[in-house]
Amino acid sequence: MEFSVNHPLLFILVGIIIVAVLGQSVLFLVRALRRSKELGMDGNVIKKTVTSAILFTIAPAIAILVGVIALSKSLGIALPWLRLSVIGSLSYETVAAGSALGALGLDTATTVSDASDFVTVAFVMTFGIIVGLILVPLLTKKIQGGLIKMESKDKRWSEIFNNSMFLGMIAAFLGYVFCDVSNLFHGDTSCLVPPLVMVTSAVIMMICGVISKKYKVRWITDYALPLSLIVGMAMAIPYTNWLG
Amino acid sequence: MEQEFLNTPYMKATHKIGMISGLLLCLLILIFPFAVAVSFGALPKWKPLIDGVIAVCPMYWAVGIIEIFTYVPMLGAGGAYLSFVTGNISNLKLPCALDAMERAGVKASSEEGEVISTISIAVSSIVTMVIIMVGVLLIIPLTPILEAPALNAAFAQILPALFGGLGVVFVSKNPKIGLAPIALMLVLFISIPALNASTVGIMVPVGVIFTLGYSRILYKKGWL
Repeated sequence: MEFSVNHPLLFILVGIIIVAVLGQSVLFLVRALRRSKELGMDGNVIKKTVTSAILFTIAPAIAILVGVIALSKSLGIALPWLRLSVIGSLSYETVAAGSALGALGLDTATTVSDASDFVTVAFVMTFGIIVGLILVPLLTKKIQGGLIKMESKDKRWSEIFNNSMFLGMIAAFLGYVFCDVSNLFHGDTSCLVPPLVMVTSAVIMMICGVISKKYKVRWITDYALPLSLIVGMAMAIPYTNWLG
Repeated sequence: MEQEFLNTPYMKATHKIGMISGLLLCLLILIFPFAVAVSFGALPKWKPLIDGVIAVCPMYWAVGIIEIFTYVPMLGAGGAYLSFVTGNISNLKLPCALDAMERAGVKASSEEGEVISTISIAVSSIVTMVIIMVGVLLIIPLTPILEAPALNAAFAQILPALFGGLGVVFVSKNPKIGLAPIALMLVLFISIPALNASTVGIMVPVGVIFTLGYSRILYKKGWL
């Protein structure tokens, strides 16, 4: 069989895996929706959770699609489709594919034409991400059990523990937004685009909060995060044109 | 009561289904490169394979292990089983779940939190897969549009746009805990050139561990 990065067989293999992963998501969704009814949870809260998740996902999913297109130049469509709609993340897959292609003396702009090269890249990308896939099924129950035990011992600390985890993660990403600002001293103003986008998104979130409280428009908070995300991203266009 | 939540039939089944489906999908994903190799009669090139694995695995395995302990408590069980299979956790699934739980007023370590986190992550995963599937089918007409410089500028700023909004929600509720880790991360990211988009994943556990230690001190001193 003659190899091509867009060989139909690759799409069949990828299609099987994606359908299986889709099946897992649908199964968990159906179970959670049923359980929400059994627990007597407010149907409106569930509806808003679903709607907000859909709206929130659209823009990042399109960005992931852009990643698929970028990687498809060297690896075809099937492998990046698999790696970015399932398992991997935009940042990891680009680095892993780049490292594997580099080891083969190739780059992300050249189409892989040799089956051995393609298999090598696929192995490197798979091995790199496999730890989470193996350990999560084995450790999740134990981790959750440990947290519940901690909560039963000291409820207040357990709440602070949860908030600290969220804030530690958010702090890391807020720090990342400013990682290039020292370039300003070299005359590069484009480094101000990420902080400006972050501030814009934060301001939109605050405005939504104020409107919600002052005018009692509760529904606006349900869509505040997708709204701040989309306005922030949209404002990145004029900021980039302005600052380079 | 909290202990009881782990022993409900729903949670027991969640762990059972999560474990079985997770390991089966892991196997399926592992089989892919072997299936391609067998189908095309092609062995991997050993030296580039070893070089690539050495370049990628040590860092990503270490980050992967720490991510499990960092993200599982925030995602809940159902959310964790789904997220680690569907990927894009920090830039999509986790913010989506945190926002949903915050608005619903529930936490991941309760059954209601489990339900909300699972619904938001499952919906987000399905929507992502459908959008990419449609995008792949329409890749030829979509490529010039999605690669337009204007849209590229917007897509490049997803993380700042995401964490600007999310930061307001969580920092405003916990300013005493939030300000010190943010100050630390700002100093580190601005002063160390090696910290950038590709290394931010490593700094998440650093931020989490620092914040836990810092808030523990404040808590012990009775300042929280």
